[in-house]
Amino acid sequence: MLKPLLLEEEKVFKDPVHRYVHVRDQYIWDLINSAEFQRLRRIKQLGTSFFTFHGGEHSRFNHSLGVYELMRRILDTFEGRIHLTYEEKLLCLCAALLHDVGHGPFSHSFEKVFRYHHEDWTRAILLGDTQINRILRRIDEDFPKKLAEVIAKTYDNKLIVSLISSQLDADRMDYLLRDAYYTGVNYGNFEIERILRVMRPQEDGIVFKFSGMHAVEDYIMSRYQMYWQVYFHPVTRSGEVVLRKIFQRAKVLFEQGYAFHQEPLMLLPFLQDKVELADYLALDESVILFYMQMWRKEKDPILKDLCARFLDRNLYKYVEFNSRDFHLLPELKELFEKAGIDPAYYLEVDTTSDLPYDFYRAGDEEERIPIMLQMPSGDLVELSTKSEIVQAISGKRRFDYKLYFPMDKVMALPGDLSQKIRERLGVMENVGASRQDYSPD
Amino acid sequence: MLGRHAKIIRLIEIAGEVSGRKKLQKMVYIGKHLNLDFDERYEFHMYGPYSEELTLRVDELCNMGLLDEQMESKGAIHMYRYTLNDSGHEFLRFHEVDFGLGERVIKRMNEENSRFLELVSTILYFHHLPYEEMKAKIFTFKSKQRYTEEEIAKGQDFVEELKALMNKDAGTPLM
Repeated sequence: MLKPLLLEEEKVFKDPVHRYVHVRDQYIWDLINSAEFQRLRRIKQLGTSFFTFHGGEHSRFNHSLGVYELMRRILDTFEGRIHLTYEEKLLCLCAALLHDVGHGPFSHSFEKVFRYHHEDWTRAILLGDTQINRILRRIDEDFPKKLAEVIAKTYDNKLIVSLISSQLDADRMDYLLRDAYYTGVNYGNFEIERILRVMRPQEDGIVFKFSGMHAVEDYIMSRYQMYWQVYFHPVTRSGEVVLRKIFQRAKVLFEQGYAFHQEPLMLLPFLQDKVELADYLALDESVILFYMQMWRKEKDPILKDLCARFLDRNLYKYVEFNSRDFHLLPELKELFEKAGIDPAYYLEVDTTSDLPYDFYRAGDEEERIPIMLQMPSGDLVELSTKSEIVQAISGKRRFDYKLYFPMDKVMALPGDLSQKIRERLGVMENVGASRQDYSPD
Repeated sequence: MLGRHAKIIRLIEIAGEVSGRKKLQKMVYIGKHLNLDFDERYEFHMYGPYSEELTLRVDELCNMGLLDEQMESKGAIHMYRYTLNDSGHEFLRFHEVDFGLGERVIKRMNEENSRFLELVSTILYFHHLPYEEMKAKIFTFKSKQRYTEEEIAKGQDFVEELKALMNKDAGTPLM
């Protein structure tokens, strides 16, 4: 039986969202101090959102500590309601702390181009030759494997899995509150204390007392608002598009044998598709930004232009794209080619399915486990059947398609060609995510 | 542009009709395991590997008027059928999607039902585990489906059959 290994004195981190993050366990303290966890300080939580909301520069380190703190509080509220062993509690706390440890720099765009999943790297960090693995094995030789299963949602205890991965879990609750705080928007807030008070553990997961439904409604509304107002903001998406194109161009140039003035040594394993764990861990956003600074001086006109755009926030503009008008795309591609603007890098449709966030849905063909309310009778009912507010937003599909392009390049074309392209795009004036447009609206 | 969407449309064109969201989810997942060029990210959910991205993409394709989605209700169970319409066929004229021998895999998968494909995709999800552990995972997570050892063996044979179809020498391509 595993015995608690406590610090002589509780440690606290000041946190703007939860006020304090409390650490009592030696293992948790050691994990926070590991090199792989400290690396998360150099990876932003919100990718390119800082282009839109300049406060949104917080890191995955802050978020991971926040999820840990919420999990700690959840476990406190479970005292006397369900018995969890010390090892099970540690599993919950470690899963909360380490669930994002496999994220890389600008991971959403980077993963798309280099085609890997950060979840696989999380697993590799937990199980591989890392400081984190050595700390976890001090708990128990099997502990890293169990933890990897909890994070991958394949652990046998569904309650433990649901605390870190469900439609109302510690991860989502922290990122909504934190992202709202740092971006400065008001609509991401909900009453976390109330939600924690009405959370009830069951064998298969967590449910919420019916009397706390309004707090859960608030959470769903904030998730909905944050989705459309922050995560899917068109300027942020424009930044993602430019970023993706930079990685895409670097990859193509490498494959063509282009001689980089500044050889991207730390990116070579990715370009060669031979990435070892140490290569992955060596990468962070400062490395990527360094190469962008170097590449903006490269000879290749596309790579240097894209890097300058990203660094100087001279992003692409956008127009609404009528998804049924897909015939427009080949026409536009042809016009762009004729104008000497390579459409592979300068024309892009971005859609909602390109986003790593989701919004609440009651569950289709039972794939998604819905949020359940516990009625005074003890019966469980799905949230949207009791809440008109949730019903109003959870059953509706909302779509958003945008076409991104560099307006400055189009405007610089000879009159006829520029006019033709702008006519096809439906824009005769400057629109969208311009250098001057710093407003998030 | 919209290349990821085109791959899903092409899968449905090859299959002719896909019955059930779950079935489509599992076909793409199994296809990915056999190196068919799909991009959707998967996580483990109640019915095995599940991709939120794919769900959204299919919704978009319906919204774009490229796929037809028909819902059939049998009691409390809803089933969605997906077929390609004229716009979908036309869309593919602008996107080159070549699954190569993977076409045979798509057709073969579509001959099976979603319950079996759910088992196969779960076997593949746990393929890195020793057989006994993989079996234990299936019995734990799929207790409601009541899969038997014989079915697991059949699922494993099916994976081998699909791998063989990806092999150039595996007989005449299916029509």
